Amino acid sequence: MKYAYYPGCSLHSTGIEYDMSSQLVAGKLGVELKEIPDWNCCGASAGHTTNHLLGLALPARNLAIAEKEGLDVMAPCASCYNRMKTSEVAVKSSQETKARVAEVTEMEYEGKVGVKSALEVFVKDAGLDTIKSLTVKNLGGMKIAAYYGCLLVRPVGIGFDDPENPMTMDDMVTALGGEAVDWPFKTECCGASLPTAREKVGLKLVYDILTIAQSVGAEAVVTACPLCFMNLDMRQNDLNKKVDNANFHLPIFYFTELMAIAFGEKPAKAGVGKHFVDTSSVLAKYNLK
Amino acid sequence: MRRVGVFVCHCGSNIAGTVDVERVAKEACKFPNVVFATDYKYMCSEPGQQVIKDAIKEHNLDRVVVASCSPRMHEPTFRRCLESAGMNPYLFEMANIREHCSWVHPDKEKGTVKAIDLVRKAAAKVVKDEPLQKSSIGITKRALVIGGGIAGIQVALDIADAGFPVTIVEKEPTIGGRMAQIDKTFPTLDCSACILTPKMVDASQHPNIEILSYSEVEKVEGYVGNFNITIRKKARSVDMSKCTGCGTCWEKCPTKVDSEFDMGLGKRKAIYTPFPQAVPNKPVIDRIHCTKFKNGKCGICQKFCPTGAVDFEQQDELITEKYGAIVVSTGFNQFDHSVYGEYGYGKYPDVITGLHFERLINASGPTMGKIKRPSDHKIPETVVFVKCVGSRDEAKGKSYCSRTCCMYTAKHATLVHEKIPGSKSYIFYMDVRTPGKGYEEFYKRTAEEYEAQYIRGRVSKIYQKGDKLMVRGEDSLIGRPVEIEADMVVLANAMVAREDAGDLARTLGISYDKDNFFTEAHPKLRPVETHTAGVFLAGACQGPKDIPDSVAQAGAAASKAIGLLSKTQMESDAIVSNVDESRCSGCMICKGICPYKAIDAKIITERIGGKMAERQVAEVNKSLCQGCGACTVACRAGCLNLLGFTNEQILAEVEAVCL
Repeated sequence: MKYAYYPGCSLHSTGIEYDMSSQLVAGKLGVELKEIPDWNCCGASAGHTTNHLLGLALPARNLAIAEKEGLDVMAPCASCYNRMKTSEVAVKSSQETKARVAEVTEMEYEGKVGVKSALEVFVKDAGLDTIKSLTVKNLGGMKIAAYYGCLLVRPVGIGFDDPENPMTMDDMVTALGGEAVDWPFKTECCGASLPTAREKVGLKLVYDILTIAQSVGAEAVVTACPLCFMNLDMRQNDLNKKVDNANFHLPIFYFTELMAIAFGEKPAKAGVGKHFVDTSSVLAKYNLK
Repeated sequence: MRRVGVFVCHCGSNIAGTVDVERVAKEACKFPNVVFATDYKYMCSEPGQQVIKDAIKEHNLDRVVVASCSPRMHEPTFRRCLESAGMNPYLFEMANIREHCSWVHPDKEKGTVKAIDLVRKAAAKVVKDEPLQKSSIGITKRALVIGGGIAGIQVALDIADAGFPVTIVEKEPTIGGRMAQIDKTFPTLDCSACILTPKMVDASQHPNIEILSYSEVEKVEGYVGNFNITIRKKARSVDMSKCTGCGTCWEKCPTKVDSEFDMGLGKRKAIYTPFPQAVPNKPVIDRIHCTKFKNGKCGICQKFCPTGAVDFEQQDELITEKYGAIVVSTGFNQFDHSVYGEYGYGKYPDVITGLHFERLINASGPTMGKIKRPSDHKIPETVVFVKCVGSRDEAKGKSYCSRTCCMYTAKHATLVHEKIPGSKSYIFYMDVRTPGKGYEEFYKRTAEEYEAQYIRGRVSKIYQKGDKLMVRGEDSLIGRPVEIEADMVVLANAMVAREDAGDLARTLGISYDKDNFFTEAHPKLRPVETHTAGVFLAGACQGPKDIPDSVAQAGAAASKAIGLLSKTQMESDAIVSNVDESRCSGCMICKGICPYKAIDAKIITERIGGKMAERQVAEVNKSLCQGCGACTVACRAGCLNLLGFTNEQILAEVEAVCL
């Protein structure tokens, strides 16, 4: 399989581990990734809140470039995926929108190609049997909370999994030999930019997610979104300083990191050394170093 | 040469507002055979009808056209008018220039032109009208009630009291329905069973009422006044004539099964009556769970039965009976909230429904009336109620309001306050709807005296945290999110149609709406009739209803059925199918098509080439024929005609408009 790869702003910067591990997993699964040439911002956050048409046109331009090569797009970032999917659905369902978007972007996007999230490509499409067969280092029953965040499986009808209780990542954890814990905060909000803009509100959201994950016995949290990852990983130190009795040391992983490690790659090669919260002890516990 | 009179109605401004009625009348004068035309403000009114009667006399009219509303509205009115003027009522046509014209066309010029066309069409047809005669049929003076809940029981009692025999067919082992499951009734808080069970006993002891419990309607044939109903009496495995209801069998039965009556919160035996006051108070064997039926062992109930009533060999029995009227009162189901992911997809044991709560709080329920959490049997201190679960939610549930939930939730909160000292109730609501006598006062009392806290907003998430249920929602009055730590959550699930309502509707030939509730003939003026003559509706099978409304509707349905049954003969419509025997080849294709079994073959004798010969032709039973017209299009020779709508009449209309 070959996909047009859309890294977005995160995977070349704050979420570089996601990029590194995605490339490794793609290699193992035989998925060829070709980065979209001259890609632009997906329009998340600032773009689509400024102007509806801008919010559709920005991702449509990237899709148009991919369409020229006849490739579906894989967008690992949940926000990029959500924006591109919204644009894809809008163009496919309205001739008027399609024409308007073409006029603005000065490029034709016919809706012949679409977008998939990395979770769809690496887990749903690859299949759990393939994942099991590629697993050489079993996760050994590590208790993991699968955290999807708010965007990946929403809105209803667009997402690829149940919007209230998604299971794709849970199934992956089980296939890799881990134990996916049942917990109620799979699709809660991570706070997005609020931990920066309105610290009190934002940090509470992160605090709640981490607390619930710990309360159900999770030894790690696995995610598929660079912003979720950043909030959960980077803000633990903040919380420990600012909240009484807070003492979080909960390792956060991209799902691709766990896959790469289980497939036999060195954790460092998958980018695990770049995390804020130390992952070495939990990896050591399950002989995954 | 016919003498046609045309009468154009203004219907106040309903027609005259967008149709130039005077011009229509003037144009009508020019149509062939029309000798008189006029317009009038309300043709259906008494003076309006007098205009018609006077014109018939003055102008010696032999055909009449009224251009007004739909024939569904006033055709019977004008036919009676003709009859009282000494004319055959079928020498009459209506041109619908209201629903088909003035109401849907804003342009007066175009509307007027269309109205003239519609009148021309009617005037062309009326010339071909022939006088028709009604026939009459006898009536079977018995009523069938399908469903033995409170609505069905009330219908049966009312009809039986009027002197007609009634059969109640109930699919469960006992009558009583949903009301038997309910603990208290709003707004008076009187005990549901205390007011229901006497009625159940009255029904069972009434000389005119026969109860067929554990039975279902299998097939419906015939027509109003003369239905042939096939009823399946499911094998009870207990001989009703021998059983005394002593209860030894269910005491001895070793197999415990979740009780449907207790919503799975309690147990029953494999041989059981759903509840102690069951009517008839005789058990059935649940063959799916009974050990004897599963692997041939056990049979303890049979051994202990003092009257030898247990019969493992019993088979389903089909009986066919004649009835004159049918009342459908099959009730409702509770909406299944497992589609609500935000409420946990039904996986949290302490998130229960209103009907579960009724069983928890009922003195003869699984907890002896103590409100206990299903998970750990602890008494909850904080109870959250969520209203509109499945109601008023087009995304996940039903578009309609279930009407009862506001009141029963208020009742539940009141009972929590009374039964659990120091407890606290929170009620999430969208609106509080209390349209009933004493209802608003009851709600106010719940909020003010019983300290239930009403929070206006939807619940976005319920999740388990330790042994607590965290309920997150929005208080839209203060514009802030709220989170409540609850011990138990009670959902006010919508009332929905029975899952097999569509099947029953097709069996009966009645219509049902988008939500599978049976449809009444007119939402305002014929609320308990269906479009199928002789079939009436009572209770929540027609739409969500509380007990007072169900009982009121049951009384109304009963009076309609009594009205029908009290006639000795029933007139059937004159618009029926007719065979031209001279052209009929006797192929009998029409016989198989007829849904009312109104067509049969007969042998006629005729002279062919100087010799007498016999041959087969079709014959229509005019009492059975409902005038649907299916046979007329099936007939290859076109020798079947619907009287009043003959091929000649239809073609006259087509010619008048198209040529």
